[in-house]
Amino acid sequence: MPAEPTLRDRFKEGLDAPICLTWELTYACNLACIHCLSSSGRRDPRELDTAEAKRIIDEMVEMSVFYVNIGGGEPMVRTDFFELLEYATENNVGVKFSTNGTRITRANAEVLAAMGYLDIQISLDGADRVTNDAVRGEGSYDAALGAMEHLSAAGFGPFKISVVITRQNVTQLDEFQALADRFGAELRLTRLRPSGRGVDSWDLLHPTTAQQRDLYQWLMAHPMTLTGDSFFHLNALGDPIDGLNLCGAGRVVCLIDPIGDVYACPFVIHDQFLAGNVRNEGGFAQVWRHSPLFTELRQPQSAGACASCGSYDACQGGCMAAKFFTGLPLDGPDPECVYGHGETALASQKVVLGRRPSADHSKPGAISLATR
Amino acid sequence: MTTSGVLAQEPFDASAPWRLSPQVALRDEAFGALAYHYGNRRLIFLKSKEVLEVVRQLEHYDSADAAIDAVVGEARRPAYRRALASLERSEVLVAR
Repeated sequence: MPAEPTLRDRFKEGLDAPICLTWELTYACNLACIHCLSSSGRRDPRELDTAEAKRIIDEMVEMSVFYVNIGGGEPMVRTDFFELLEYATENNVGVKFSTNGTRITRANAEVLAAMGYLDIQISLDGADRVTNDAVRGEGSYDAALGAMEHLSAAGFGPFKISVVITRQNVTQLDEFQALADRFGAELRLTRLRPSGRGVDSWDLLHPTTAQQRDLYQWLMAHPMTLTGDSFFHLNALGDPIDGLNLCGAGRVVCLIDPIGDVYACPFVIHDQFLAGNVRNEGGFAQVWRHSPLFTELRQPQSAGACASCGSYDACQGGCMAAKFFTGLPLDGPDPECVYGHGETALASQKVVLGRRPSADHSKPGAISLATR
Repeated sequence: MTTSGVLAQEPFDASAPWRLSPQVALRDEAFGALAYHYGNRRLIFLKSKEVLEVVRQLEHYDSADAAIDAVVGEARRPAYRRALASLERSEVLVAR
């Protein structure tokens, strides 16, 4: 008799609507972070307008999408940002939005504090100015801290401090926690991906194997830390980190980008993972439920080269995006495989060189990695 | 018998009337349902269609047991009491 399928097995077959729907409102951004997963900077002229954006929210209501993760670019630079926020929350679509904090003035903080069903994530990639600004640009640390002060003064409640873990900041976890505690905030740590401009900064920024082990131990010792389920590749080290622990791309996760393109996850803005566009007939629901790409991702996936490793059930072979943009086969080890199988694969001749995101909205003349 | 402070918890009272929290939204899924609590922002999984149906029927019966009996039969009370107790701890269910 076949065993009863686990919840994880059921999730791999896909859901009627996503659990974790990321919606990037704009490619425009007033910063130029060197690891930006969407290569943001300039607004795309094809950007969805207010009416189109509201139609997407209407679809979320129809599909019972309980909440949406809004990002960018910097979503607050959209002139209709507050209008869309209100439209979503008034229709019981909770919003969690990520921001660099530059637009969270005292006045805006008070507006945000008065709204319901709203979570805010302030991005910060260093516990001190030097570490943060090396990645996010000059002035970004002060802007983020200023936003935290304003939210705190306005009585917003527990916002989130969202940190992408790098080789440079992974030693500052206790300092990040202390900062969160100072504001009564929640700490959220997520994994760096070689996506967007991260293709170019990955080698400089991604944590070493030894650092990953330290990170895993820290996460086990601080189980209240939010991780966006992003570190499941570390589960090969021992007990699983709390979360769904699977690649949710196209199964429980997807991305709607600023021009309405739907990708399998926020970290794979590439034609190979483009499932459709919300502007086409049937809208988002059609793409989510019937696109050939998502249907394929919901089929049983091969463990490939990982099949003989005893840890595959724990780590699930890691992150599809991390493999793709480092040129590794999708049915093999993650580039940060804790046993070093990824590094071995990267050193082999089988790596596909030169995979880059399909769209680049970086500002011309933006400070490049080399000159920072 | 122990009554250690932090762990002591009111046991789920299956003889009392319950209902789905007004702060919780349900979404049918092939495996059962997803429940989302707008207050504590937690996503909870209802792992079978039967559990979902018991939850939906709670408000029509004078007790949780009566709802369980009506949907799946008295013989399965223990398992369903455990499932409802778990949902009560997650604030998906509230007393009425």
